[in-house]
Amino acid sequence: MFEYAPAPESRDIVDIKPSYGLFIDGEFVDADTSFKTVNPASEEVLAEIAEANAADVDRAVAAARRAYDGVWSRLPAAERAKYLFRIARIIQERSRELAVLESIDNGKPIRESRDVDVPLVAAHFFYYAGWADKLEYAVRDPRPLGVAGQVIPWNFPLLMLAWKIAPALACGNTVVLKPAETTPLTALAFAEICRQADLPPGVVNIVTGAGETGRALVEHDGIDKVAFTGSTEVGRQIARAVAGTGRRLTLELGGKAANVIFDDAPLDQAVEGIVNGIFFNQGHVCCAGSRLLVQESVADELLDRLKTRMATLRVGDPLDKNTDVGAINSAAQLEKIRMLSEVGEKEGATRWSPPCELPDRGFWFAPTVFTGVAQSHRIAREEIFGPVLSVLTFRTPQEAVEKANNTPYGLSAGVWTEKGSRILWMAERLRAGVVWANTFNKFDPASPFGGYKESGFGREGGRHGLEAYLQ
Amino acid sequence: MGDAVCVSTETLPGLVTGTAELRRFLHGLPGVDQVGAEERAARLATRSIKKSAKAEAIDLAISMVDLTTLEGADTPGKVRALCAKGMHPDPSDASVPRVAAICVYSDLVAEAVRALAGSGIGVASVATAFPSGRAPLDAKLADTRRAVEDGASEIDMVIDRGAFLAGDYAKVHDEIVAIKAECGEAHLKVILETGELVTYDNVRRASWLAMMAGADFIKTSTGKVSPAATLPVTLVMLEAVRDYRARTGRQVGVKPAGGIRTTKDAIKHLVLVNETAGPDWLTPEWFRIGASSLLNDLLMQRRKLTTGVYAGPDYFTLD
Repeated sequence: MFEYAPAPESRDIVDIKPSYGLFIDGEFVDADTSFKTVNPASEEVLAEIAEANAADVDRAVAAARRAYDGVWSRLPAAERAKYLFRIARIIQERSRELAVLESIDNGKPIRESRDVDVPLVAAHFFYYAGWADKLEYAVRDPRPLGVAGQVIPWNFPLLMLAWKIAPALACGNTVVLKPAETTPLTALAFAEICRQADLPPGVVNIVTGAGETGRALVEHDGIDKVAFTGSTEVGRQIARAVAGTGRRLTLELGGKAANVIFDDAPLDQAVEGIVNGIFFNQGHVCCAGSRLLVQESVADELLDRLKTRMATLRVGDPLDKNTDVGAINSAAQLEKIRMLSEVGEKEGATRWSPPCELPDRGFWFAPTVFTGVAQSHRIAREEIFGPVLSVLTFRTPQEAVEKANNTPYGLSAGVWTEKGSRILWMAERLRAGVVWANTFNKFDPASPFGGYKESGFGREGGRHGLEAYLQ
Repeated sequence: MGDAVCVSTETLPGLVTGTAELRRFLHGLPGVDQVGAEERAARLATRSIKKSAKAEAIDLAISMVDLTTLEGADTPGKVRALCAKGMHPDPSDASVPRVAAICVYSDLVAEAVRALAGSGIGVASVATAFPSGRAPLDAKLADTRRAVEDGASEIDMVIDRGAFLAGDYAKVHDEIVAIKAECGEAHLKVILETGELVTYDNVRRASWLAMMAGADFIKTSTGKVSPAATLPVTLVMLEAVRDYRARTGRQVGVKPAGGIRTTKDAIKHLVLVNETAGPDWLTPEWFRIGASSLLNDLLMQRRKLTTGVYAGPDYFTLD
């Protein structure tokens, strides 16, 4: 075997401070309490992070309101665009630093943070910068909403920030954003970038903290809009809190996407698509292709190929440039993945993982596939949010559609076939916000993203993404 | 010739060699999605091969080189010089491995055989009206026969791309079988000229066709048509030899040729082999790189790794 020598990306480029304050009104300010963020690959404590309480959130919302009334809503649209372009360029200039920081705090492989996350972050800012002075071509009489309260998850910390902040600012809103408690570092680096770009104070405010901070933010009377990406459970709570307040709401929640493989699929690329669908970002992807629906006539051949391919996945140090699968983001998430995998075994599905050595410290889970899964199994119903694939079979296109749609979720789906007419037939019937044909997990700022049913509502990205931030 | 045909008919049930049956079989192979194949190749190209892995890869790549000269201006002197280079690629460093073979036109085989006597380096001869393949079968057979008689241990034939693109798969198949019969002990490498086949579906079909007709190796290109060897093309061919072995038990080698000029390119190909067909193919017996200028870049990078500094181009011989 051709062994690849370790090829670690240098950590020297990032400068993690021992502690971070809240970013309010253009300044970093202290809070009464704090929490720690750790490197999930080593359990090393990275920094002490300020925890915003209700009073801090109050101050942040007030700052955002002042910035909205006093500066941002009065600025000519082309001026707003200039700031966004400037931010996009700084992100590109600091891309290596942001990628390393993201991998350290989140556990994702540097190959992904470097080649996927950070380039998409910059692309998002460039894209919405371009819209800022052309809004009237998207909607009639575009007017901003005011102050947006935004809560984002830990799976794509900086990318979700970009999905939230770029369209909000382009449309003329100001924001208070709460990053996830396990991954605050790149959001705080973004706060520095806002200063570097001379963004007027208060236009972007970052309040770090856990669930309580998020609750204080989404329930705050001073905001006009709530945008949330995260679990369906929390999404429900937020919907209840916002109901009747007149505040606008968009939710991007969980998923249990079907990746449908027909017998005439390009099999080698389908295998890549399956791997990319479920093992990308350790499966911490709301639109992950976590249910593989494969036509029975090619199931055995496809699974053989898939297992052979899975044996080549390199699991380990997120900073190694050759790592394919990194660390699970937190102990709690690891526990959830373990629990659901054990449930899968108990339910009678067959569990398989390639032989792979996992590091002693940190949070790790080997890429896993369950075969012989039935629609009634929990591992076919519930979102695992980890590198665990459930394999089901079908006989006809009708059955594939039925099974694919038979889920409370509806965020994404994949269709693999060489037959163009079948792709269109399937796409018409799949109840999912995104349907990928002969590919999976492809993102582009110009393409709207969002869900059906319990996967939420509202769209992010593209022209559609503007509507969430305009009256 | 019996061998190759036996393998295909026995282990691929229902397959006979008529065009209709070949067509049914080849068009029944899973398709190749162009975007997906190119994406996979590009992703593997981002592997970071450093330090000990790089040193190992460079020596492996040197030992896999089919050092090639295929010019109208080739002379016995030029061939002798190339043979000397192949035996001792870096005269100042005896630890550098020798190349796998010297690849020449058929009329210069005897010269190469003489120059390489006892070295263990193979002599590969292009044949069958290389590079176009546009000649009567008699001429192709005679060309091959002569090269084998002169001592070539490997024959690099070209397929009839015109017949392939016209859908006359039996003609392509039977011609390979006929050439294979002339090869005797010599290994047969079948050049698909993927730059003229254009689609990855065609590359996959031509790979299977050549293997079923008895090819010991499948080779991307003549080097005379652009594009020559590209990563996605090599990827699709590696998938084909992997699948063919799984189905028939017979292992077939792969040789990308043309356009691989730098150590980086060569290492990308080795990564592709490692993660597609697997480590069984990572020897000169099963993977070759057809190249000329690549060797000096490998030597330059090798010296950089051992000494820590780059030596100028004049410290490596031009042959």
